[in-house]
Amino acid sequence: MQPDLHQKQQQGIDVAVLVSIGRHPTTGRARRAEQDARGLELALAIEAELPGTRISMLHAGSQDDSSEAALRGYLGMGLESMTLLEQPEGSDAILPLVEHLAATSPQLVITGARAERGEGSGLLPYALAEHLGWPLVNSLASVEKVENGVVTLLQALPRGQRRRLKVRLPAIISVDEAAPVARQSAFGPARRATFAITTTTSEADSELAQWHLSPARKRPKRLKIVKAASARDRFKAAASKSEGKGGQVLTDVSPEQGAEAIYKLLKEEDVLR
Amino acid sequence: MLETLLPILIFTALALAVIGAVRRIRLWRQGRPSRVNLFKGLVALPRRYLVDLHHVVGRDKMISNTHVATAGGFVAAAVLMILVHGLGIANPLLGGLLLLASASMFVGSLFVARRRLNPPARLSKGPWMRLPKSLMAFSISVFLITLPTVGLLPEGLLEGGSSWLLALVLAGVVAWGLGEMFFGMTWGGPMKHAFAGALHLAFHRRAERFSTKKGGAGRSTGLKALNLEDEAAPLGVEKPADFTWNQLLGFDACVQCGRCEAVCPAFAAGQPLNPKKLIQDMVVGMAGGSDAAYAGSPHPSQGLGGKPVGEHAGSPHGPIVALEGKALVDADTLWSCTTCRACVEECPMMIEHVDAIVDMRRYLTLERGKTPNKGAEVLDNLIATDNPGGFDPGSRLNWAADLNLPLMADLKQVDVLLWLGDGAFDMRNQRTLRALVKVLRAAEVDFAVLGTEERDSGDVARRLGDEATFQSLAKRNIATLAQYRFLQIVTCDPHSFHVLGNEYGELGGHYVVRHHSTFIAELYDAGRLTFAPWKGGSVTYHDPCYLGRYNGEYEAPRNVLKALGIEVKEMERSGYRSRCCGGGGGAPITDIPGKQRIPDMRMNDVKESGAELVAVGCPQCTAMLEGVVDASAEVRDIAELVADALVERSADDVTGASRRTTASTTAEEVIV
Repeated sequence: MQPDLHQKQQQGIDVAVLVSIGRHPTTGRARRAEQDARGLELALAIEAELPGTRISMLHAGSQDDSSEAALRGYLGMGLESMTLLEQPEGSDAILPLVEHLAATSPQLVITGARAERGEGSGLLPYALAEHLGWPLVNSLASVEKVENGVVTLLQALPRGQRRRLKVRLPAIISVDEAAPVARQSAFGPARRATFAITTTTSEADSELAQWHLSPARKRPKRLKIVKAASARDRFKAAASKSEGKGGQVLTDVSPEQGAEAIYKLLKEEDVLR
Repeated sequence: MLETLLPILIFTALALAVIGAVRRIRLWRQGRPSRVNLFKGLVALPRRYLVDLHHVVGRDKMISNTHVATAGGFVAAAVLMILVHGLGIANPLLGGLLLLASASMFVGSLFVARRRLNPPARLSKGPWMRLPKSLMAFSISVFLITLPTVGLLPEGLLEGGSSWLLALVLAGVVAWGLGEMFFGMTWGGPMKHAFAGALHLAFHRRAERFSTKKGGAGRSTGLKALNLEDEAAPLGVEKPADFTWNQLLGFDACVQCGRCEAVCPAFAAGQPLNPKKLIQDMVVGMAGGSDAAYAGSPHPSQGLGGKPVGEHAGSPHGPIVALEGKALVDADTLWSCTTCRACVEECPMMIEHVDAIVDMRRYLTLERGKTPNKGAEVLDNLIATDNPGGFDPGSRLNWAADLNLPLMADLKQVDVLLWLGDGAFDMRNQRTLRALVKVLRAAEVDFAVLGTEERDSGDVARRLGDEATFQSLAKRNIATLAQYRFLQIVTCDPHSFHVLGNEYGELGGHYVVRHHSTFIAELYDAGRLTFAPWKGGSVTYHDPCYLGRYNGEYEAPRNVLKALGIEVKEMERSGYRSRCCGGGGGAPITDIPGKQRIPDMRMNDVKESGAELVAVGCPQCTAMLEGVVDASAEVRDIAELVADALVERSADDVTGASRRTTASTTAEEVIV
């Protein structure tokens, strides 16, 4: 982060970090989710740079031993408490989160891009943004500056590219592997931290209940065969994005024209019927 | 005149010494409580001093004899001096003994002085350089003032009008001697080691490490468990006052001989650790102040020089490792240690360096979450997958897919439980394990493995300071082992051996554990193994720290090699002085940079022995030593050497039953 963040007259902001119960890829044990932990790391970095920042951590879900151990994994990164929006297993997390965020009105909401268990559709940040009417920035690399209610963000794009964005607060940002790695969770702080448990009006996720869930199967990957004469060619092949066939680049079009083009493509690809 | 002056001098010095002692004791009592039987300790003190301590000191005969003459002479002279000159009991017999004692002390101090003429780098300089002179001052002056008492000098010599000057000079020298020996002993002079050292021996935190009259070598190497049930109990040591009072007393006992420094692999590799300096840092922290007065070699740092002395400071209730900047010790210093225990083995004051280092690591890991480099990743893996590499726990037995290993879950009861250790995931160690299985089968041992029920023993987690993960792994392993019946556990991993045998006991798991070399030696002695004669070249043996120093097993591996027909070419550092391979204590994980690598130094030792092959008995040592580039010797585990030399016994020996099992196994393999 840049030193100009260190202005003493800057006031801290309220940051809400949404965390879920993760799942270890090989053993399936509950743990702190990789992306959500990076989200908390980002919040802690903002706190370190911007004194007076208050971090509140939220989790919507049921309360049991294994999920508590996983949540304490986040707390061990250096938080004294967190809020647990208690709801039965299989409930939709979006409504209680929206209610809580609307009531506490943080300036910045940080969430992981995709949960490690359950649906894992990655739609939660978008649903929240829709309900709250706040802007959403995905795939965040770092928060550069918070000034007069405007946050300067660095968004990660494919192959190491970065895009600097200025977003008016309140906003939602989602974090994936581009954000800095989460710090180690320490046992002592994790054990001492407390939960503030709030019961919420929850609604069973009726759609999820109808789904049939089965373990994911690893799909075979098509090998990319590179025919290259020189090391330079091989490097280019490894580093460059494969050229997409077809498609078109639309520039300087009106929103209606853009939407129409997207609609047409979705029809063609059988996404919309 | 001297008759009046001497009692005053003696009793003033004694009174000051008592005041100093009270102050010193109050410094130690800043520490946390520790249960010690004070009376029993004091009763055991003479034996601990004369047997256990001198067993260590006696490794250097010259210094041992010097110390006997000097210290023995001093103790006798001090007591007699108080009687003769302090209380005025001018008995010629006591006077004669006093002359003898001071003469002995003088002879000893001559040797001390000779050692200080050109002192080795490991010795501290500073106030220690004046010690021989002070010893001489004390012994000569006591000798001279005692001469008139026994009538060897005319009584009037020191009383005449012209000799008052002589008496005054003599009194001055007596005062110097008393100042160093009585006053300095409790006020922090070099003689402090005698006062603190004696009490440390009496109130040692590991009373069980001393031998007893009934025999028994006395060994106590397992780390002490943290109480995790009590949420108020501190997790490790943050500040000097968090040590127990007898640990603080132990630090104060340090005589700064630097034997630890001479054997420390991290120090030799130029990593920022010098055990002697670390202990002195703790003394500085306990008393408060900066380390500017330290007069020995500093902690090395990357490059050739040392970390400058005088920049670090601390206080009893201040942090040892600063969150930012410098405090008493840098975190790198604590993470450089390989927990090889060479320093503890060598320390004549019986200081427990490794305990202190792990105590401080516990705080850094459990409270601060600051395990360096790959530490956090390894600990996360241990939590999520029960092994440090993050491998699928279900694949623990993949290396033995073709071996049809009997499982505990099927048999429930066997003679030998073969503990695989995390080497089961390592392709190099899998070769050792396969060799060991071949040997066990050749000797027709009734054994089984836990298979996927086995977890990491918790060794690495514990030594990285993560006591919570260690206890979690240990408790689950103990629960698994409780389901089965077996006579003993055999393992080829000395780290698992140590943890299962010495550290699970405190958590409720008591087992008979044997290293595979011990077990193979027993099998050979029982005539259950026959070996072909050795045809290879010269062989040396590398003692793993966790087998040798931690568990005292030096003989069995050598006996096995002897049985194979190998004559071991010993390295200069072998047995209890074996040099660590650099793989213990999570050192390869924390990976603190130095100017050279510890395994490189060890392979250099191997090279100097001229051996073409180095036999090892530890997966860590194998990995570290085989990682050395351009090594002059091959690295083989003892199990591999034994497996290669196995000869099928003649038909008369082989029972029908075992033949049948072999036959059925082969058939199964074909079907599978």
